[in-house]
Amino acid sequence: MERAQVESRILSLIEPFNKKGIEISDETSFAGDLEFDSLTVMDFVAAIEDEFDIIISMNQQAEIEKFSQLVDAVCKLQNR
Amino acid sequence: MLFASCRTAEILMSEGISQSDQPVAREGLQGDLFSKFDPLIKQRTDLLSSGQEDPFSLVMEKVLSPTQAICNGRETILLGTYNYMGMTFDPDVIAAGKQALNDYGSGTTGSRVLNGTYQGHKQCEEALKDFYGMDHAMVFSTGYQANLGIISTIAGKGDYVVLDIDSHASIWDGCALGNAEIVPFKHNDIDAMEKRLRRIPEGAGKLVVLEGVYSMLGDIAPLKEMIAVAKKYGAMVLVDEAHSMGFIGENGRGVAEAQGVMDDVDFIIGTFSKSVGTVGGFCVSNHPKFEIMRLVCRPYVFTASLPPSVVATAATSIRKLMHNADKRAHLWENSQRLHKGLTDLGFKLGTDAPQSAIVAVLMPDLEKGAAMWEALLTEGLYVNLARPPATPANMTLLRCSLCAEHSEEQVGTILGMFERAGKAIGII
Repeated sequence: MERAQVESRILSLIEPFNKKGIEISDETSFAGDLEFDSLTVMDFVAAIEDEFDIIISMNQQAEIEKFSQLVDAVCKLQNR
Repeated sequence: MLFASCRTAEILMSEGISQSDQPVAREGLQGDLFSKFDPLIKQRTDLLSSGQEDPFSLVMEKVLSPTQAICNGRETILLGTYNYMGMTFDPDVIAAGKQALNDYGSGTTGSRVLNGTYQGHKQCEEALKDFYGMDHAMVFSTGYQANLGIISTIAGKGDYVVLDIDSHASIWDGCALGNAEIVPFKHNDIDAMEKRLRRIPEGAGKLVVLEGVYSMLGDIAPLKEMIAVAKKYGAMVLVDEAHSMGFIGENGRGVAEAQGVMDDVDFIIGTFSKSVGTVGGFCVSNHPKFEIMRLVCRPYVFTASLPPSVVATAATSIRKLMHNADKRAHLWENSQRLHKGLTDLGFKLGTDAPQSAIVAVLMPDLEKGAAMWEALLTEGLYVNLARPPATPANMTLLRCSLCAEHSEEQVGTILGMFERAGKAIGII
């Protein structure tokens, strides 16, 4: 899957979790801007994992702060 | 991101951890490593400044029995101690402890693998092997260290630990100490667990970590179904049975026994600080190579072993717990009576039916929960206040754990206390 396609799929998956309707850019942070708590994180990660049929372990999640990093990680995990 | 920051807060705020430090003003201090605790300090200050008694700094001035103590000068019924089988004042248990104190002294001053294994430690491990009908038993200094040690040691780099998101702090800390890939799934969700197992790269080692009873809501796991899935994907299975030992299952071996899947569990983790009535932790297993753990498991090696009196009380208690059908039946009656009574009074509970000896009462928020906790204490009842984010779904809970030594009359008294306090606080 192309990066642009991954990006747009992730964007639509973020929507239900983006309670305040924050505009998403590459620099948008999940904990800071989107105010995800640990419960939201679990549901959100599960949604991403199901969509792309991948595992994002907590070790990998720890490296992901911003939207662009998540897109990068998903692209990489998909191509394994 | 995603997780790292949240988990730190969770560990700090998990149940029972007392943050008694007062917010000392150190404004302008550059590089104060304590500034990260400011939000928690503020939350506590706000709560306590309203005159609320601190739910995390209660002192038991005198303990009268497994079910009664003196707190704030008042006789108090204990309904939040996990002392499920009431073994703490058992005459045989106390006698064994006194004898060991006389015969072996107050402590071992050494590691299990050096000078810290006494006859009593081996007898304790024999008692565990008999209790569980398993080949190997390893005693740790606490239940926390048992999870910390076993999980961090058996799951290494490149292996995967698949665990329930509502796992106890000791399981999470075992994951954090090790080098495996950590993959959580939604609480008790068999499909979510299976999806994750299916996606793990072929050839990687897999450990599934489950609990028999989850201590926050007192609900049990569908171990039969989950373990079948785990085995289908070739995973090893570890089950923490801390909150089931002694009264769930035909022989009190736990939820795995009750659901008929003991043979498919690779490792059972347990504790002496609940039904057994002292302190310590253990792992039992039938794995033929299990004994090597004694040399490679750091939380076992690099700490002093339990004092002789503790292992003597534990061994005696474990053997007595094998023959306790009447007490078990009474504990279940207590759990059912309390669950039904609280439901009839109009309280919202963590489970629709009693599944264990834990009955969790859902509170609308932390303020009301803390007020209710204090009102109950004033009535003469101690329960656990559990608050977010240690609790699932950000709930505030008043957790009640029953004891086989609670009389029918005491449970009646407890329900009267809940009724008065609940009406005074405006929860029912």
